[in-house]
Amino acid sequence: MGMMDRSIRGFLLTELVAGMKLTFSYMFRRKATVNYPFEKGPISPRFRGEHALRRYANGEERCIACKLCEAICPAQAITIEAEPREDGSRRTTRYDIDMTKCIYCGFCQEACPVDAIVEGPNFEFATETREELFYNKDRLLANGDRWESEIAANIAKDAPYR
Amino acid sequence: MPKLTIDGKEVEVPPGATVLQACEAAGVEVPRFCYHERLSIAGNCRMCLVEMEKAPKPIASCAMPAGDGMVIKTDTPTVRKARRGVMEFLLINHPLDCPICDQGGECDLQDQAMAYGFDRGRYEENKRAVKDKNLGPLVKTFMNRCIHCTRCIRFATEVAGVEELGATGRGEHMEVGTYVEKALSSELSGNIVDLCPVGALTSKPYAFVSRPWELAKTESIDVLDAVGAAIRVDARGGEVLRVLPRLNDAVNDEWLADKSRYAYDGLKRQRLDRPYVRRDGRLQPASWPEAFEVVAKRLLGTTPERIGVIAGDQVDAEAVLALRDLMRGLGVQSLDCRQDGAKIGGPRVSYLFNTTIAGIDQADVCLIIGSDPRWEAPLLNARLRKRYLARNFTVGLIGPERDLTYRHQHLGNDPSVLLAIADGHHPFADLLKAAKAPMLILGMGALRRPDGAALLGAARRIAEATNMVRDGWNGFNVLNTAAGRVGALDLGFLPGQGGRDTAGILAGAGDGSLDVVWLQDADEIDASRLGNAFVIYQGHHGDRAANRADVILPGAAYTEKDATYVNLEGRVQRTKQAVFPPGEAREDWKILRALSQVMGRPLPFDSLAQLRTALAAANPVFGAVGVVQPAPWASFGTLDPVDLMPFGRAIENYYQTCAISRASVTMAKCTDLHIHGREIDDTMERTGSYG
Repeated sequence: MGMMDRSIRGFLLTELVAGMKLTFSYMFRRKATVNYPFEKGPISPRFRGEHALRRYANGEERCIACKLCEAICPAQAITIEAEPREDGSRRTTRYDIDMTKCIYCGFCQEACPVDAIVEGPNFEFATETREELFYNKDRLLANGDRWESEIAANIAKDAPYR
Repeated sequence: MPKLTIDGKEVEVPPGATVLQACEAAGVEVPRFCYHERLSIAGNCRMCLVEMEKAPKPIASCAMPAGDGMVIKTDTPTVRKARRGVMEFLLINHPLDCPICDQGGECDLQDQAMAYGFDRGRYEENKRAVKDKNLGPLVKTFMNRCIHCTRCIRFATEVAGVEELGATGRGEHMEVGTYVEKALSSELSGNIVDLCPVGALTSKPYAFVSRPWELAKTESIDVLDAVGAAIRVDARGGEVLRVLPRLNDAVNDEWLADKSRYAYDGLKRQRLDRPYVRRDGRLQPASWPEAFEVVAKRLLGTTPERIGVIAGDQVDAEAVLALRDLMRGLGVQSLDCRQDGAKIGGPRVSYLFNTTIAGIDQADVCLIIGSDPRWEAPLLNARLRKRYLARNFTVGLIGPERDLTYRHQHLGNDPSVLLAIADGHHPFADLLKAAKAPMLILGMGALRRPDGAALLGAARRIAEATNMVRDGWNGFNVLNTAAGRVGALDLGFLPGQGGRDTAGILAGAGDGSLDVVWLQDADEIDASRLGNAFVIYQGHHGDRAANRADVILPGAAYTEKDATYVNLEGRVQRTKQAVFPPGEAREDWKILRALSQVMGRPLPFDSLAQLRTALAAANPVFGAVGVVQPAPWASFGTLDPVDLMPFGRAIENYYQTCAISRASVTMAKCTDLHIHGREIDDTMERTGSYG
């Protein structure tokens, strides 16, 4: 009996028809592709993209050179050097992230006690040369300034779950 | 011997021990902040509470003497609750600024809060705010963090012997400070940074520089004075970031003097990082082969009588041996390791601190001659003070009057007093005779004088007349100030037959009877007196002598080499390499070995192991590391007449005594403050949101 069934289905191409039916049904559904550079898919507030160093509203940089991010970084991508600033506060003189080493695990932003280092929503930072991916403090602070509104909104959205 | 039961385990402790010590003996950990083995008991942090049977309340174990039959429990719900309560109270006024605190990662409070604390605070009110104090260029204060354990106060009062720290106010208004704001004047002030269980006192030069987990730790030996304290060198990358003391009961307990602790920034300034050769009147960079060629040509082209060699204060035994063998091989007789002209170098017993530092604890009368131990060896002075605090210790001082941090009789600043004691005409001679364990300390202030040999002889006469040297006790001590001196003397780095000593070498170079002078790290001589001699300088800093040099061979400093030093007691100790020498600089013995090859007279060792075997063969003392080998008594010194001029000081400025400390910015600040009396205002204007 089983053999009869299988050969009838085989000669009538029922599987093929069923498959084509599914294929054709997608012609009438909403398209999933986006017109990428002009359109982008939605991302989570927890998205871990390009790093940024944030500032307080008064312009003071948040980072206090506690070096917890450097300590926790599993890829050892972060390098920090610190000394007292002129007003006696603890600040970094160097804050480098090697983005080619970074594995985007987000531990740095989890470790940060002042929400200074964050992984922002930006994922479009491909470069033509390797060297451009060795971020220094200026670059990270500039990222923070550029993305502050999005970053702040994302942190606010995620806050209830923390 | 009281017997206690601690957590069901029976232990026996010596009489006078506390319950906390008994708990330690039983292997039970008791948290504590104010208790410290080497300080008096305060009992004010209450963290060490334990439960005692038949006691109505938990007891502070650090302050409770252990009694026979006590039953102690350290892990009951009552104890846990008590500790959590104490911890909560301590944290009420402690700011939660661990991320910006330099103590973070090595903080007692942080660790114990993790182990014994509660995981959240219930204190909603404002925390106490206390103004930070300025304690000088070495110690940085964050008084908000203080938990009032009073360890720093007790250290300053008891060990350092300067009653400058204290507490004002009571309860929540208690503040630790110097009463009137001033810098700490002690040479041991850096130790309060180590003692502070929180981040209230931190190291100023190290402020915000690094975290403990980033540092590579190397156990080494200090060479900035002759005590040879055990240190730990913390480095990151190629840079020494701090120096901390290590425990060594025989030498430094667990303290470290300020110069040894804070002069490390001199290790990265003024360094010689490549060979130089003087061409057309100017020192110009050269390669090693070029420099070696110039040196070899000079040395081989000069008759050995016209060559002089001076070894400096921090030259390690390996380099001394290599240099000695190289020069003796050439036939050079004018070798000297006493660049200050000290009249020592006879039998071994005549230049050692024979009593040993730990032996001071047994002494009961001490005569200090021409020495200021407070500056020449602060850690040894702390030992003398420790002995003084244990009562029945008489100290007499012949030399410039000085606050030694303990009470002493100033017998005068005049060698005639010394001679009177030697002849038995002085009351102090009777005191020494009657003493059970008399000792004398002869300092460089006496030995550096032209009549130093006669003073050494007078000191020997005192030792012999008062029975200072007998079975199991040797009270004759010379206080050396140079770390490399004893090692160099042990290797006989002294003028040979017809050779010149330091003064002779300088005079010879000045009047043209010497053509070549080799300075091995020797900066304490007057380089302007070297005349037209061809000067070869091997060392690590471009200090006083390097400017005068015609060839510079860059060597390694003490943190950059595995080297052997002999401390003032005659204890052989080894430094370990913590970082690499800068640039093309190399270890000193390797330079000498390579030079000997170029000169066609290769030294017979190719590795450190072979060199150390050669060291032990040259003097068996070097065979045993870490122990003091007693030297047999001998006759030394002369009976020549003594010049009756008063004694001078051996050290004019404690903070700058060698090339490393002269290159250090921190030490320059201390010099400004403590020597020149210039107030430095480096209290930075705080924004209030610092951190």
